[in-house]
Amino acid sequence: MKARGVLLVILGVALLLDASCKRQAGTEQSLFPVSNQVAGWAKTGDIRTFEAADLWKYIDGEAERYLKAGVQRVSTTDYKFENKVDAVVDIYTMGNAPGAEKIFKTEPSVDVRPTQLGDEARLSSQSLVFCKGAYLVRIVAFEESPETQQALLQLGQGVELRLARR
Amino acid sequence: MRTMRSASRRDFLKKCVTGAAVLGAGGRMGVLAAAEEGAAFAKSRVVIARDAMLRGTGATVDSRRMLTLLDRAMQVFFDRDNPHETWKKLVRPGETVGLKVNALGGRGLSSNLQLVEAICERLQEAGIEASDIVVWDRDSDELEHVGFHIATGGNQVQCFGTDRVDYEQELVMHGSVGSRLSKILTQRCDVLINVPVLKDHDGAGVSIALKNMYGVIHNPNKYHPNGCNPYIADLNMLPEIRTKMRLTICDATTACFEGGPGYKPGYSWKNNGLMVSQDPVALDYTGWQIIERKRAEKGLKTLEGDKRAPHYIATAADAQHRLGTNDPRRIAVVEV
Repeated sequence: MKARGVLLVILGVALLLDASCKRQAGTEQSLFPVSNQVAGWAKTGDIRTFEAADLWKYIDGEAERYLKAGVQRVSTTDYKFENKVDAVVDIYTMGNAPGAEKIFKTEPSVDVRPTQLGDEARLSSQSLVFCKGAYLVRIVAFEESPETQQALLQLGQGVELRLARR
Repeated sequence: MRTMRSASRRDFLKKCVTGAAVLGAGGRMGVLAAAEEGAAFAKSRVVIARDAMLRGTGATVDSRRMLTLLDRAMQVFFDRDNPHETWKKLVRPGETVGLKVNALGGRGLSSNLQLVEAICERLQEAGIEASDIVVWDRDSDELEHVGFHIATGGNQVQCFGTDRVDYEQELVMHGSVGSRLSKILTQRCDVLINVPVLKDHDGAGVSIALKNMYGVIHNPNKYHPNGCNPYIADLNMLPEIRTKMRLTICDATTACFEGGPGYKPGYSWKNNGLMVSQDPVALDYTGWQIIERKRAEKGLKTLEGDKRAPHYIATAADAQHRLGTNDPRRIAVVEV
C-alpha cells in the first residue's frame, strides 16, 4: 500500500515535469517565425534552448557577460534565405529590459548603422541585433550578398512581431 | 633550380629572422647585437603565412590555395624545400595524430575545413593512415554544425567529439581546479596538433592556442574566473597535453577582434592567413598583437583599456609554468 503511494507520487511528479517541458518547448517555439512567415526565409533547424546554468555549453567564454546581465535562457535555431544565405537566430531572454539593454549597449558599434526595430537595433552587412523588452535578439548571416541586409531586417521584423504578441 | 630556390628561401628567412633580432636588440650595436643575431634560431619562431587571394573572388577558401599556403608556412617553419619532408619531421607512421580543432565559435569562426583537409592530406602523404587521424573537439553536434562530417570506424579520417567516447573518470589537476580529460586525448592520440582560431575572447582577452585546450576537459566553465588566469596556463601544464603537443597551426583565415569567442560578422575580418609555431605562448603573444592592431584600426580600446588584457599569456611564460616565451625579444616572427 505504502509502495503504491510512493509510486503514485513519483508518477505525479513525472507528469508535472513532462508538462513543464512541453510548455517550455511550446513557449520557445512561439518566439520564432515559421517557414515562409517572412518572405523567402525557411526555418531549417530545430530549436535548441539553453538555460542560464547551461549557457556555457552554447557560448562558452561569453556566458559570464550574459549571466551578469541576468540572462534566463537562450533559444536558437537556423534559417535559410531563398536557398542561398544561411543564418542563425539567437533569442536571449533576460530577467528584465535593462538586462537586454546592458548587453546591447556594451557591444561597440563598428561598421553598423542604427535601425528602427524593437527598442533599439543595429544592422550591419551580415548581422542584426536588437532588444525588445527583456529580449535580446541576434541574427547572423553566414554569407554576404546585396540582399542579405534587407533580408535580415525582414526576418528581424518577423521575430519582433512574435515577441510583441507575448 | 631546386638548389637556387633553396638558397633564395634560406637567404630570405635569414633576413627575416635577422630583422627580428635587430628589432629585438632595440638599437644596441656591437657584440650584443651580433650575439643575438647568432642566437636567432634559438628563439621561438612564429611563422605567419598569408595569401590575399586565398578565397579567389568568392567568400569560400580555395582548397588548392590553402594547401599551398599550408606548405609555405610549414616549409619556412621547418626550413625544408619539400612540403612532405616537413611532415616527416613531425610525425611517424604508426602514430595516431589528433587534430584538436575549435568548433565552439559556430559557423563562421571555427577551424577552417579546407585547412583541416589540407593537414589530413599531408599527414597521409607522410605515412599516417587515414584511420589514424582523428579530427576532434568536445561535441560531435558542434563539429557537424560547422561542416565537419562525423566519421567513426573504417579506413577514413576519423572525426567525432568527446561525447562519443566520454571523459576519463579520474580527475587530474595542476593548480586549483581538477578536470576529467577527453579519452580521445588520453587513449586515442599519440600526437596532438592544435588547430585553433585567432580570436578575441570576452573573458581571457584572446583565445588562440593555449585556450583551445579548454575543449579537452569536461568542465571548461570552471576555468573562466579572473580572465581565465591562471587556469589556461595550469591546464596546459597537464602532462597528457604537454607530452603529446607537437605543433600549433592556427587558422587565421577569418579572425575576430571583438565580441568573441562566438562569430559576430561585424567584429571579424578576412585575414587570409595561418600561424605556425611549436611555442604556444609565443604564438598567443603574436596573435594578441595582431588583434590589437586590428582593434586600433577599428578605433577600439586596447584589451588592457577594456580591462581584459590576456594576462594568462604572461602566466604561461612564468617560472612556474615555462610553457614558452612571451618576450618579444625572444620571438622571431617570420612573415611569408
